[in-house]
Amino acid sequence: MSQLQYKVLVGLEIHVQLCTKTKMFCSCAAEFGQAPNSRVCPVCLGMPGVLPVMNKQALEYAILVGLALNCQVATFTKWDRKSYYYPDLPKNYQISQYDLPLSTNGYIEIPLESGQTKKIRIIRAHLEEDAGKNLHTAEDFSQVDLNRAGTPLLEIVTEPDMNSAAEVRALAVELQRMVRYLGVSEADMQKGHMRFEPNVNLVITKDVTEYRTPIVEVKNLNSFRALEKSVEYEIARQLDEFLEIGKTLEAGTKSTRGWDDVREVTVLQREKEEAPDYRYFPDPDLVPVELTKEWLEDTKSRLCELPLAKQMRYVRQYGLSDYDAGVLTAERSTAEFFEAAVIAGGEPKRVCNLLTQVGLKLANERGCSLAELGLATQNVAQLAKMIDANTVSSSAGNMILQEMVKTKKDPQIIAKELNLIQKSDAGELETIVEQVLAENPKAVEDATSGGKKSKKAQGFLLGQVMQKTKGQANPKVVSEILAKKLG
Amino acid sequence: MAVQELSAKELRDKIAVRKISSVAATEAIFERIEQLEPVIGAYISTFKEQALAKAQQVDAKIAGGESVGQLAGVPVAIKDIMCTTFGATTCASKILENFHAPYNATVVEKLLAADVVIVGKTNMDEFAMGSSTENSGLKRTVNPWDTNRVPGGSSGGSAAAVTARLCFAALGSDTGGSIRQPASFCSVVGLKPTYGRVSRFGLVAYGSSLDQIGPITRTVADSALMLNVIAGHDPADSTSVDEKIAPVSDYLEKLDEPIEKLRIAIVPQFNSGADEQVQKALSEAIEVYGSLGAEIIEVDMSYLDYAIAAYYVIATAEASSNLARYDGVHYGYRTENPKDYIEVYSKSRAEAFGKEVKRRIMLGTYALSSGYYDAYYLKALRVRNLIRGDFVKAFEKCDCIMMPVSPTPAFKIGEKIDDPLTMYLSDIYTIAANLAGIPAISVPCGFDENNLPIGLQILAPAFAEDKLLRIARMFEAQTDWHKKKPPFID
Amino acid sequence: MEKKINQEQVRKVAKLSRLELTEAEVEEFTSQLSAILDYVAKMNELDTTNVEPLAHCLPISNVFRQDRIGESLGTEKTLANAPQRDGDFFKVPKILDDSSGA
Repeated sequence: MSQLQYKVLVGLEIHVQLCTKTKMFCSCAAEFGQAPNSRVCPVCLGMPGVLPVMNKQALEYAILVGLALNCQVATFTKWDRKSYYYPDLPKNYQISQYDLPLSTNGYIEIPLESGQTKKIRIIRAHLEEDAGKNLHTAEDFSQVDLNRAGTPLLEIVTEPDMNSAAEVRALAVELQRMVRYLGVSEADMQKGHMRFEPNVNLVITKDVTEYRTPIVEVKNLNSFRALEKSVEYEIARQLDEFLEIGKTLEAGTKSTRGWDDVREVTVLQREKEEAPDYRYFPDPDLVPVELTKEWLEDTKSRLCELPLAKQMRYVRQYGLSDYDAGVLTAERSTAEFFEAAVIAGGEPKRVCNLLTQVGLKLANERGCSLAELGLATQNVAQLAKMIDANTVSSSAGNMILQEMVKTKKDPQIIAKELNLIQKSDAGELETIVEQVLAENPKAVEDATSGGKKSKKAQGFLLGQVMQKTKGQANPKVVSEILAKKLG
Repeated sequence: MAVQELSAKELRDKIAVRKISSVAATEAIFERIEQLEPVIGAYISTFKEQALAKAQQVDAKIAGGESVGQLAGVPVAIKDIMCTTFGATTCASKILENFHAPYNATVVEKLLAADVVIVGKTNMDEFAMGSSTENSGLKRTVNPWDTNRVPGGSSGGSAAAVTARLCFAALGSDTGGSIRQPASFCSVVGLKPTYGRVSRFGLVAYGSSLDQIGPITRTVADSALMLNVIAGHDPADSTSVDEKIAPVSDYLEKLDEPIEKLRIAIVPQFNSGADEQVQKALSEAIEVYGSLGAEIIEVDMSYLDYAIAAYYVIATAEASSNLARYDGVHYGYRTENPKDYIEVYSKSRAEAFGKEVKRRIMLGTYALSSGYYDAYYLKALRVRNLIRGDFVKAFEKCDCIMMPVSPTPAFKIGEKIDDPLTMYLSDIYTIAANLAGIPAISVPCGFDENNLPIGLQILAPAFAEDKLLRIARMFEAQTDWHKKKPPFID
Repeated sequence: MEKKINQEQVRKVAKLSRLELTEAEVEEFTSQLSAILDYVAKMNELDTTNVEPLAHCLPISNVFRQDRIGESLGTEKTLANAPQRDGDFFKVPKILDDSSGA
């Protein structure tokens, strides 16, 4: 029986829509959800005689990403025309970058399920303009909307360093988190701000010979789920195809398959074909960009701590679990809120619990981010301290946080108003405990007898104390006193 | 003197002091248009009503003592390759025959701000591809000096309109000689400014790294005046030069001051390819400069011989890309009953583009295609560098270079149209200035035995238009060539 | 003399340029383009090994605009020249494989 092993190779091509106010080469607003063809001007419409002018902000965003991806950012970069004909491409060429892209040779670290990280190499990241949209809802014609035409896109290409669908998803999630942290893109996959095209093939070892299956590019992926599932599907399909007909890779060719989200399969769109001839040449209407050291240094100074690094630091520095650190660092504003509260004196794990157990849920309900809830970091720190000091119980603390969101009052005031301040004074509590013990001799007897009834009786006695104090007694202190008194 | 005999500057000055009204000048122009256009065919479209309304407005403003622009009331023509919100912008092509631009080219905005009266849009070779205006997809223009001959191209309509006194000045565009050559064929002054001196925004692109807009006028002073209006940086054109690097002069200011100790370079080997009579007119022109005290030196510019080869790769490569947008989808001509969206492209373009345009698109596509890019396009860009080097070296020794504009005067209609290569080779003297990006001017300098105009070409270093115009003025002040009129037009 | 470009190549280039040519045109263009390319080959007489390609005449770089919103044309003006429209859209025959041209 022949031995068959295989290795999965996936490279990703990612398009990130930058959240500049205007398009890449004209001043049309880059916002969406507008009436069709209402955000178009002669330039992005490709009318006769128009000329492009570079959006400086888009360039700066692109440099930020290049730096965050540990790339070499070119000191000299230029624009090229990529020619092809399509109704959503008004000039029938796309202004892009070919042989001198803005950034090259970088890497991004992704978290693996094992808890370790893996470096995925970035080949290049370059700027280009987006095309418009073709719609095919009508029977016998298609419609073209050019609102999106000219929007700045950052195209990022990785090496085929991912070896599983899970790694592909991890990269996608991490990259989304990163560009959001940098503030350069909303990166909402459903809105098309971030598009992924995995290139998948297998290296199959049969007996002692190695075979490579043909590379397949998958398109039409609108969610991380679709991304992951499509890669899984392709792996299985390519393996089957190889076993059935032994198809192997021919250099320089690639076929395209579209993901059908309903049937959860990939469907062949274009047969293996030679790479199209885009006839790249330098765009004569645009002049090159020369990045000085000063400019690069200035941009570097605006780099923030990247999400994965922050996440790992929270584990290391604050002793948070990897999961909790991940939750807190999912959004930059949440992480910064958390850390500000810690710096204001809140114990990290306590603050973390408050935010993850209550804060984020409230934010979710209101459809906003944690930082937009209107909480003051000092107040959250204050609340954490109150819980740690047993001034309030932790469940009371959760209630107080909810009130803080609603009323914006500070925790001390709320605790008083809601009568949540715990009685922790041992003296005061001891009196009450003695009262309860005196009033419940049978329970005392059970509690001191040892055996099954003992635990239950202890719980009952504790309950009685809580009742007498209207729930305000610090249960820990009461238990200690009880334990002492019961011997 | 009949009003149409005034130069643009003279007319402007008279209008400004109310000696003549803009309305009178405009009416005179339109009367002549009615008379002569059936024969000459310089205009694709005219705007009589709009023009008279503007003329009236200008006259009223002046009467009311209000300030007006620097070309107020002067009737001017615009080559139909520059976008205007009024009328159509056709580029003399069926593919844009009904295209109405929603914006004005920057130069048009500047003319409007200068309060000109716009007469109409002039005929040209389709998409500026040609040297005779015979490639127009819409109509034929003849040379007012001999109606059996071409007016030159691609700005043939503008040159014919200026010489036939159907306007007082015009704008043309020049990618490989398209202002200078028709100017020389029609005995008028044609200036191609330095690349980047004038905004290209709104100029329908042919060869983007070569195109420039420039004035076609009857006098050098008019050329300077027009340049004053249209020159300058435009933030909408990334290739227009920052005025900190190259400030715009007042080109009229010192115009009549000759250049002291003028050094003129000539390229004898290169000139020898021109007609005998052209060479004769050139040397007589040089003699005039000699008599003014100029020093004439000979230089060797060996790379000029390769200019045509490099140009027809670079220009067509850029054109193949610039014209890809004419696809029948968003504007322009669309074929009827395409069976799929691909036919919308391939049939619309096949039906509405003329042969020369198709040829150049294919040539350019070929030069950029995989496997040929290095051998053709990159090679041409290297040759371009060598040609520019030739000019840099020459300008170390001289203030300007003089040579013919065209190897021959205006040729007969139909004479060269069947062999594209022959037509291309006639661009030999004008093309190099576009490749190097330097300014060049054609001024009338004589006539051949058939009374056909011959032009003198003067080339200067980048952004030296002020000097260039003064050098041209020196010649004009000493000669009467520019005063001659086409024989039959009155 | 061997043609610099043959009919097969001309057809290929015409397809790349989205130009539907008649057979007569293919023939005519083949001989004309061949002659032109023959002439253009003149450039090979020059040794350009150490010469940089000159794509831009002017030594300009770094021309930008600020990220400030300007006016758009609005839907009506945008579609005013459209050969065919469907409401607020440009209209084209049905595109069957939307994998985009890229």
